[in-house]
Order: sequence, then structure tokens, then C-alpha cells
Amino acid sequence: MSSVFEYAPAPESRSIVDIAPSYGLFIDGEFVDGTGEAMKTVNPATEEVLSEIAVGTDADVDRAVKAARRAFSRVWGPMRPADRGKYLFRIARLLQERAREFAVLESLDNGKPIRESRDVDVPLAAAHFFYHAGWADKLEHAGLGPAPRPLGVAGQVIPWNFPLLMLAWKIAPALATGNTVVLKPAETTPLTALLFAEVCRQADLPPGVVNIVTGAGDTGRAVVEHDDVDKVAFTGSTEVGRSIARAVAGTRKKLTLELGGKAANIVFDDAPIDQAVEGIVQGIFFNQGHVCCAGSRLLVQENVHDEVVAALQRRIGTLRVGDPLDKNTDIGAINSAEQLARIRELSDIGEAEGATRWQPACDLPDRGFWFPPTVFTDVSAAHRIARDEVFGPVLSVLTFRTPDEAVAKANNTTYGLSAGIWSEKGSRILAIADKLRAGVVWANTFNQFDPTSPFGGYKQSGYGREGGRHGLASYLASEDGQ
Amino acid sequence: MTHVLDPDALTAGTPPRREPPTPYADVTRSESAFRAFLHGLPGVDQVGASSRVTMLGTRSIKTTAKAWAIDTAISMVDLTTLEGADTPGKVRSLAAKARRPDPTDPGCPPVAAVCVYGDLAGIAKEALAGTGINVAAVATAFPSGRASLAVKLADVRDAVANGADEIDMVIDRGAFLSGRYLDVFDEIVAVKEACGDAHLKVILETGELVTLDAVRRASWLAMLAGGDFIKTSTGKISPAATLPVCLVMMEAVRDFRAATGRQVGVKPAGGIRTTKDAIKHLVLVNETAGPDWLTPDWFRIGASSLLNDLLLQRQKLRTGHYSGPDHVSVD
Repeated sequence: MSSVFEYAPAPESRSIVDIAPSYGLFIDGEFVDGTGEAMKTVNPATEEVLSEIAVGTDADVDRAVKAARRAFSRVWGPMRPADRGKYLFRIARLLQERAREFAVLESLDNGKPIRESRDVDVPLAAAHFFYHAGWADKLEHAGLGPAPRPLGVAGQVIPWNFPLLMLAWKIAPALATGNTVVLKPAETTPLTALLFAEVCRQADLPPGVVNIVTGAGDTGRAVVEHDDVDKVAFTGSTEVGRSIARAVAGTRKKLTLELGGKAANIVFDDAPIDQAVEGIVQGIFFNQGHVCCAGSRLLVQENVHDEVVAALQRRIGTLRVGDPLDKNTDIGAINSAEQLARIRELSDIGEAEGATRWQPACDLPDRGFWFPPTVFTDVSAAHRIARDEVFGPVLSVLTFRTPDEAVAKANNTTYGLSAGIWSEKGSRILAIADKLRAGVVWANTFNQFDPTSPFGGYKQSGYGREGGRHGLASYLASEDGQ
Repeated sequence: MTHVLDPDALTAGTPPRREPPTPYADVTRSESAFRAFLHGLPGVDQVGASSRVTMLGTRSIKTTAKAWAIDTAISMVDLTTLEGADTPGKVRSLAAKARRPDPTDPGCPPVAAVCVYGDLAGIAKEALAGTGINVAAVATAFPSGRASLAVKLADVRDAVANGADEIDMVIDRGAFLSGRYLDVFDEIVAVKEACGDAHLKVILETGELVTLDAVRRASWLAMLAGGDFIKTSTGKISPAATLPVCLVMMEAVRDFRAATGRQVGVKPAGGIRTTKDAIKHLVLVNETAGPDWLTPDWFRIGASSLLNDLLLQRQKLRTGHYSGPDHVSVD
């Protein structure tokens, strides 16, 4: 980084958040003790323990599902749709009012830079509630049948990479369509979900409509496998997704899965190179690369490979890695020791397989979980770093010579969540996008999200869509009972 | 049409065109070669460029960094007056402000240059004698550039004879927009020659070029022709300096130096009125072309009202409270 123009520390104050020493489960509108042994949640940037969190057992989950069922049949299901919309609007406004609090808490618990939690996670979470609030009384016009009905109780399990945003992606459509919810936040990032529980109370949401049961894998399993759950929605790893699909198979439960990815970001030689470099950076280093749709495979046309890699390395040299609460930080902490170990392992394998690792000179803090932005060149399509999801700030660079080869290589993955195309030629963008087997294709941009746009995958990236009109379908039954 | 058969017919009798620096020496060999080169530069995605500057605009520059940025910005100001009503008195008063922008604080740095019309360059030169502050004069039928080459060159020679250290010329936007790139090139080369030792800033008037693709092409054209600085605007056309335009120009000078070894400066001018705007530009320079450009030798801000806002913010940092417009001089 520049030595002439040193940016003085600009930390966002954490005094706005008030973290309790311990938290219970949010069931039937009340915080109650869990019956399991409590776990700790830490700040991944410092390893400081932030709070003790209750762990929900089978019995706790059962209580939560019963509360959700009661709320569904007595209050939320029979409620006038327009009134349900009012609650959602109220929640959306409260998220905006308390945006700074949510952003700081998210960065503390997750390790992501405050610039992203402030400018992306929290505003988008509010946008999802606003968007779905509008749908609540218009569902019969959504093209999903003349009188679509809610399913009942939704059991939802979300990941640690966008804790509040994934909560919003799950809860907003469920409530707008008249379902009630039992949600399990990720083990390492429960705090914003618990603050959201407080917002539900502030919004006077009827008890039991939203229940939040914290815990780890066993708690999640209890939610998914509970007999009285009508709908399961999961975002997370392909491995866990597969076991959920097994558990749900043969039951009446509806299931949507949003799993891993290994997205290709395709740069043609006629691309706007400077913006493509920005897009590559945004594609893989946004949220430390903890993004299921991250552009982790850069496919660059061979005749501009050296130019693009040189420009990319120069740009990566300006990324600011460090304190997530500093407003000028671009890359924060890796969420957990476990994830850090996996990123290290896959990177070491990449090197052992013969790829060339490049990392900028950057000082990493002594404590906490950190990994510098990393680029692998000389990567072959057979290397594990070109096939396995790293879920970290690690980019693999591959080349192609013709558009057909670009498409073949982009599709040569077991995943199919997202892809990017960079070219100044509109006709090429449309032709390539048509051939990519990916749920989302971005053109001359990457990692842009909007509640009106459906999101979801092909192949092992899962099934079902979230967001937009398509996302509503996952939470509704039509006349014929489907 | 005889020149189709005899390629030298048109240039016979005129001196050979000055070649751009290696590795671009041959790009001006013909109109079509030059056009192919300029149109072969990578395109600029407008949306992407805007979102990049928006992100850079969120940089939080506080305390010591802010103090450094304010002093640096002051030292980069080309304090400008370009009015029909300009008088020797007005220019002298501006020169006094340039030497000591904040009379209450001798620690406040002087600005880089005073920018005036060519006929007043002598007055400015006299008033700034011995200060190290440069005199910049606008020339070449500023601001429209609509005059014959002979008149433009006379305008430049007159300003230099009056003592201008720097010449701010305007390109022929009409020629550029109609695709006569070599005409624009040759004119810049001729002006550069007429400048003698004076530094040449080439005003692209980006508000009339409109697209960022055109800004990138014009930037390269001006650098290839030997401009020492590329400058956004005359200040007479809106929009003048904008952050996306400045981004594209910083990318151009960065890439040009990487390819040719020659460093070219950048001067956004017009529309930068607040300290916040100025700091956003410095952040943009820092994170695009890098710290090599963070000196008055390589980055200037053409402005008039900006200086007072910088001074007010500087006083605020020093004393801890805001004063008011009566605590800085009106010009």
C-alpha cells in the first residue's frame, strides 16, 4: 500500500451494540433457556468470546415447532394477507432504523468488513422484507394458481457467510406467503439472528410466527427431521445438503437447497479490462470469498492472460486486509479456525499439484483467523483448486482460446450456481449466457443481488429458487395440492 | 485522388510527423492506423467505472490522513480566474492568495500555480516572482478552440513570451468527434513545440466527449502527442471534472507509463468545490495510479472556490471548531 497517503484508522464504534453475556432460544415470542449445553460465539478477528449461546435439543426444537404450528393455525394463517404485509413492512423499517447496530454486530460475529455489512448485507436484508411485504396481499396474481395456500411450518437452516441476509432470504418469503418459521442460524454466527428476534418483538409480531433455535449440526438435524415441519429450506454445504435430501426423501416435506458453487468468471479479449479486473476482485474477494456464488475460477482468454493477471495482481496489492470494523477495510477475517484450516489445506494441495501461488505482501494481525488474498496461475482443469469449492479468498486462473472452449470449461463442474461474462460485445454475451448451465449469469458485473431476481442453482448447487416470483413458489401449495 | 497512387504526394514538402514514444512509434503512420490503435484500446464499462468510484468514495479519511490530504490538495491547486472581467488587480489579489492562502497560519502551504488568460500572464508572473509558484495560461483559442492553427500557435507564443510556465491548451473536439485523430495529434505536437520550455497541459473537455471510451482515446492521443499533463475540462462546460472521468484518465497515465516509461500528469478542473470532493480525488489517484502521482508535479486540481473550503476544513482540524466564510479571503 501507499506509504505517502496512509489512511488513519477509521473504526466504526462498537458501542452501538449491546451484547448480552448469554442468550437463550427465541420460542413463542419469548427468550427461553435451552436444555443443551451452551456454546460460545467468538469474534473471528480477535478470537474474543462475544457471548454464550444456548444449544437447542430435540425437545427445544419440538417446542419451537409446536409454537410455530399453533401460530400458523390460530393467528398467522387466518390473518388477512394485507395485515401480514404490514408486519413485514414494519420489520423492514426496523431493520433500516437499526441498520448500524446490525452492521456492527454482523462484522463482530462474522468477521466481514463493516463496509460490506453496512452497504450490502443490511440494506439487502431490509430490501428483501420490503419486497416480500408487497407480495403478501397479491399472491393470487403471482401466476402460481388462483388461490395459492401456505404450506404451514417452515424449518430453515442457514449458513454463516451472510447471517442476517440469509435469514432475510428465508424468513421474508415464508412469512409473506403465510407460513410460520423455525430457523436455525449457523453455529458460529448466531448474534444477528438473535437481534432479529428482538426486532420481531419490537414489531409486535404475534408469538410463534418466528422462532429462532440456535445450535450446531444436531439442532439443525432436529429442525429438518421434525415430523410437523412442512417445508425445509437449507443454504449451506453440498455435503450437508445431500444428507438433508436423504432425510426428507419419502416425506411430504417440500425442500429447497442452495448449496455450493465453483463459478466461472469468463473474460474475453474484448472485455473492458479495468472493469473486468474490478469484477474479478469483487467476484472472489467479496466477503473473503465466503460466497457460494463466488467467481472462484477465472477463465481468461489466452491472448490477454498476462495482461489481465498483471493488472489483477497490481489491483490486489491495493486491497486492505485487517480490522473488520475499520471503514476502509476491504478484506476481513476468515469466519472460523475450521474454515481457515480448509482454505490452507486446499491451497497447499494446489501448490503440491503444480499450480503457482501468488499472494501480495500484507501484514496480517497476530490474533484471529486470517488468510491473504491468493491467486493461483498455471492451474489445470484437473487440479483440485479448479474443482473443489474453497470458500475462501482463493482464485484459480485458467485459460481458453475460443468461445466454445470457454463454455465447455465453464460448465465442466459438478456445480452450477453462477457465472460471469466479460465482453464489450452484446451478441457474444447473450450467446454464451444461453449455453452456461448456471442459475445466475452476470454480464460485465459480478455478485450483484436483488430481491426481485430469483437465485438458485443447477446440479450439485441445489434446487429451488429464492427471490422474485419464483421464490414464492417454494412456500406455496397450489389448488391441486402440489 | 492522385495521392492514392502516390502515398507521399500529400506529405511531400512538409516535415515528417513527430513519432510517438516506443513502442507506439508507428501508430501515427496513417489515419487508419491511428484510428485502429485508438479504437483498439480496451473499452470502458460505464456502470463498472461508476461503481468503482462510488466504492472509493466510501473511504473514510480521518485525523492525520485528513490533515495530510488537505495540505496536499492545497499544494496541488491551480488557483484559477478565467473571466472576461479579469483585471490586473484581480490577478494580483489572486497571486497574493496563492502565496499565503491562509494569512493566519504561515504553516499553510502555497498553491501550485495561478491560472489566467495569456494576456494577464505577465501580471501574474510579476506578482509571483521568487515564490516558486508557476503561472499557467490558457491558450489555443480557449475555451472553444475554434480558430486556425496559426492563431492558436500565436496565442501560445504570446502567453509564453508573457512569462507563462505552463500552457493549458484545448483540443479540437470537432476534429476528434469527427474522427480526424491525426489532425488533433498534429495540432498538439505543434503547440508543444511552440511551448518551448513551458509545460503543456492538454484539455480534453470531457463534457463534450461524453463517453468514457472517448475519454480514454483522447487521453492516449494527448499523451502520444507529447502532452505533459492531461486535463479534464475548461470549466466552461458542464459536466466538468467527474470521478469516473478522472478514474479513466488515471488508468490511462498509469498504463502509458508502464508501456513507455514516460509519466504524464493529470488535472481535473471545474466542479471540484469541496474538501470532500478533493479528498475523493486523492483517494482515487492513490488507489488507481498510485502514490507516484500524489505530488503537485503530477496531479493538479483546477479550481477557484475549492481553496476556501480546504482552508476552512484546515482551520477546523487545527482549532477543533468551524469558523465561517468571513475567516477566509474572498479571492
